[in-house]
Amino acid sequence: MKTLYKMPEAITERPTTYCPGCPHGVAHRIIAELLGEMELTKKAVIVWPVGCSVFGYYFIGTDAVEAAHGRACAMATGIKRAHPESFVITYQGDGDLASIGIAETIHAAARGERITVIYVNNGNYGMTGGQMAPTTLLGQVTTTSPYGRDARANGFPMKVPEMLATMDGPVYIARAALDSPKHIIQAKKFIRKAFNAQARDLGFALVELISSCPTNWKMTPVEALERIKNEVLPIFPIGEMKVNEGVA
Amino acid sequence: MADKVLMKGAEAIAESAIRAGCMAFFGYPITPQNETPEYFSRRMPQVGRVFLQAESEVAAINMVYGAACTGTRVITTSSSPGISLMQEGFSYIANSNVPCVVVNVMRGGPGLGDIAPAQADYNQATKGGGHGDYHSIVVAPHTVQEAVDLIYLAFDLADKYRMMVVMLMDGLMGQMMEPVEFHDWVEVENRKPPEWATVGQGERKERNIITSLEILPEGLEKMDIALQEKYRKVRESEVRFEEYMMDDAKYAITAFGTVARIAKTVVDMAREKGIKVGLIRPVTVWPFPYEVLEERANQVDFFFDVEMNEGQMLIDVKLGVNGKRPVYYYGRLGGIVPSPEEILKEFEKKMEVSK
Ligand SMILES: Cc1ncc(C[n+]2csc(CCOP(=O)(O)OP(=O)(O)O)c2C)c(N)n1
Repeated sequence: MKTLYKMPEAITERPTTYCPGCPHGVAHRIIAELLGEMELTKKAVIVWPVGCSVFGYYFIGTDAVEAAHGRACAMATGIKRAHPESFVITYQGDGDLASIGIAETIHAAARGERITVIYVNNGNYGMTGGQMAPTTLLGQVTTTSPYGRDARANGFPMKVPEMLATMDGPVYIARAALDSPKHIIQAKKFIRKAFNAQARDLGFALVELISSCPTNWKMTPVEALERIKNEVLPIFPIGEMKVNEGVA
Repeated sequence: MADKVLMKGAEAIAESAIRAGCMAFFGYPITPQNETPEYFSRRMPQVGRVFLQAESEVAAINMVYGAACTGTRVITTSSSPGISLMQEGFSYIANSNVPCVVVNVMRGGPGLGDIAPAQADYNQATKGGGHGDYHSIVVAPHTVQEAVDLIYLAFDLADKYRMMVVMLMDGLMGQMMEPVEFHDWVEVENRKPPEWATVGQGERKERNIITSLEILPEGLEKMDIALQEKYRKVRESEVRFEEYMMDDAKYAITAFGTVARIAKTVVDMAREKGIKVGLIRPVTVWPFPYEVLEERANQVDFFFDVEMNEGQMLIDVKLGVNGKRPVYYYGRLGGIVPSPEEILKEFEKKMEVSK
């Protein structure tokens, strides 16, 4: 018999704690599939963030550590430098990476740290109840931008991949989206290259995944995915922003 | 032990750490301890180890945290303002049960303060500093040789208890040149990561997860109790102190670190004048040697606590003495090092008062 569908080995039996329709599970699955396909599961150490995916280590079955809020790239640096044979991934939300942890992120990128960063951008602080994030769109209502994000008061959405793509340390920078099967297949392709960057000792790699937060956006899961397509992707366009030789 | 070499404290501790098997240094420049990272930056590549200048102390301590999770001997050094920035990391390290060594070359504070020698981070180091019920082992050398020795002990204790060990120093000791003897090199190159380390599951049966998080209060209380149990064992087995001229002493000076070194001179000067005074010097300020103070309270007329802060260790001295005898205090603030003459004069005033 031909196997058409199989749970990736690295996915544990434990049911996730995510809200219905939350794409964190999709992102986990892509990572787990690639770890299996690239035979990295037993080498992997995943640095989990503070945010909705704080319990990620229950769902992806690798060695894991739990970082302080925003410090994942620094912690990953410590692990990788101390034990270069480990395959070190950080998994971070947009509050974690782009706000409180932006310094650690940029400097890990500048150093060309041999780590892979998976950056899940859902446009708000999911875990703490949907506050404004650095990535919140102009006009978007959150619990701390109740009149909509106003550029004068709150500044503009931050585009991390665009920023990092200007630097010399990163070897692979891309943005994908989790709103459709087509985009999810593309996301996996991008993350594979980001994994290559580390597996081949080339340098720092980051893939942003545009995600949704139906609960805090106060939408059905399908409406939330439509909002990604109609409102988010025009501001956060998907694509590869830096592809150095050797990562493909 | 090898031959004696003349070395600055700031460099001697780095060399000692390297010989003790320290495989990685992460840190951020701050006066008065820059010679230590500078020394590491020269030496670590020579011996094939890691030196990394972090973008901040916040990043540095989280790099230390990461390296500690792999079971690697790792160190950072900093000074007071930098150590303040690291407190969040200390708290995470404590509840993750991972080993590391941190050196705080204390300077005058609060705020930016100055860069002169001080002891005003005693409370921060011994009572926690970061959030939650936790402790780190805190050692306080009073000579360069002792700093060299205690670095070895620090790594051993960190590994033994899987916890952070802090070495409290000050700029005076960092700048001081003294002949020192280094210990034998600890062989670490062929060391395998410990069973609990997060380096990738490999052949291990179970995967490892290192986290300070436990969302259920009942579960977290269990973790907290386990931590306290560990601290109880540390209190039981790791208290270290030195007594100087205490056998026949009628009075006891208490002091740690640089001040204790000066206090030895004070004791010698007083003895020449026929005053029977001795020194009790905690080597570990956490766990604190309460018992020796309680015992000596049966023997001496009073205690005289001297510090380069507003009397932070004084509280612990009083806890040890437990009301049995008066405990007087003299201190200088702002990064001023008291002279032996000045301390002796203040001490003699207390002798008058207590007559
Ligand atoms: C030092 C610190 N500050 C604040 C918090 C509270 N906090 C927990 S999660 C979070 C935001 C997470 O948002 P994001 O990174 O976007 O991830 P998401 O929950 O949306 O997946 C915050 C502010 C914390 N745990 N630690």
